[in-house]
Amino acid sequence: MEKVSVSFTLNGEPVTIEVPTTWNLLKVLRECFELNGAKEGCGVGECGCCTVIVDGDAVNSCIYPIPEIEGRSVLSVEGISGTDGGLHPLQKAFLENNAVQCGFCTSGMIMSAKALLDKNPEPTEDEIRTGISGNFCRCTGYVQIVEAIEMAAKNKEGNF
Amino acid sequence: MIDYEYKIPADLHEVFTLLKEYGEKATLVAGGTDVMVKIRNTRKAPEVLISLRRLEDLRYIRKNGGYRIGGLTTHRMLELSNLVRTELSALHDAASQVGSVQVRNVATLGGNICNAAPSADTAAPLLVLDAAVVLEGPGGRRRVPIAEFFKGTYRTVKEPDEVLIEFDIPEKMGAFGSAYWKHSRRKAMELPLIGIAVSVKLSEANEIEDSRIALTVAAPTPIRAYLAEDFLRGKPFTDQVLKEAGEIASSSECCTLRTSLRCEAWYREDMIKIFVPRMAKLAAERIKSR
Repeated sequence: MEKVSVSFTLNGEPVTIEVPTTWNLLKVLRECFELNGAKEGCGVGECGCCTVIVDGDAVNSCIYPIPEIEGRSVLSVEGISGTDGGLHPLQKAFLENNAVQCGFCTSGMIMSAKALLDKNPEPTEDEIRTGISGNFCRCTGYVQIVEAIEMAAKNKEGNF
Repeated sequence: MIDYEYKIPADLHEVFTLLKEYGEKATLVAGGTDVMVKIRNTRKAPEVLISLRRLEDLRYIRKNGGYRIGGLTTHRMLELSNLVRTELSALHDAASQVGSVQVRNVATLGGNICNAAPSADTAAPLLVLDAAVVLEGPGGRRRVPIAEFFKGTYRTVKEPDEVLIEFDIPEKMGAFGSAYWKHSRRKAMELPLIGIAVSVKLSEANEIEDSRIALTVAAPTPIRAYLAEDFLRGKPFTDQVLKEAGEIASSSECCTLRTSLRCEAWYREDMIKIFVPRMAKLAAERIKSR
């Protein structure tokens, strides 16, 4: 199986890996870097559990071919905490609003929310719902999640 | 074991060189939201994937007289474009409802059309906007009206050694508006049960000068309902006229509705009858709001 060498920025750090050409970004995050926040739910870009941010945009890492990552900047949920290592305002808001139940969707949900707030710091409820429309949650019914994102947008502490 | 080579050409010239080298072994991939999913689901892959993702030059939305939209333009770019929202409204309706934000960030308009699913959301708007598809191959460029582009389910007139370069949409003079309705059970990550696009051009006397009606999931390919369009031409823009147009568009003279796992044929027929008039009215409302 042919291998490919890929250099990119992962959570602010320059990295280089050599993996089979057929691997996707999700597999690389989990198997090369043990970053297990992004998860495989469906594996075909339907559920959003694997959402990470590539060059500022939320994408499904499970269908993002790894050769395409060359030269790009990848942000996973592990990379969003502050320099002090504390929780990101979105993570705090999710906890305070009981927006986490089983937790499987949470990392992806937070990354979609972050990508939204980075570009649109004061979204309407409708815009929030569109922003997370690619993230399946089978526990909460979404209400607490939407409220958490609204709270995070209101209580901005520095940059998202 | 799934195995394939993954080529990332930097420009069109390299794309054509690779296409020549690998011929039928190669498949072009743009955003990958159809190709990568198909590989995963079928456990079968072409020998070589040729990625178009680095052809950043082919991502654009331009207006200069008519409109030109690059083949690699993402659905998200269309969704966020004020120009598309106000002047090519039906395309905005469709592009902003494909998949999810994550999908729209990478999935391209060219990819949606070349995949040629009967349910391709963006096909119906392109049909009612009279778009032409510009293809480039070893022999140069050619233009194909979108109404002649689809050859069958997942089949198009694009040759394997051609690349979809852009979509050309003629300038719409006068009182023109368009709208698309994706009829589905959810708002996201969904395919249309039936998709209805309508464009109208009205005279000062509120008569229908011209109209286009296009449907997805109503036949093996996205289609235009020519008979219903002919019926509307020159008629007054009234409820009764629109109702009749919906009946014609939903008839077996225009489409070949089928019952599938997702929806029964009679329901698709009923929804065409309801949404042809509604989309015509929305298109007309948008003329006023411009």
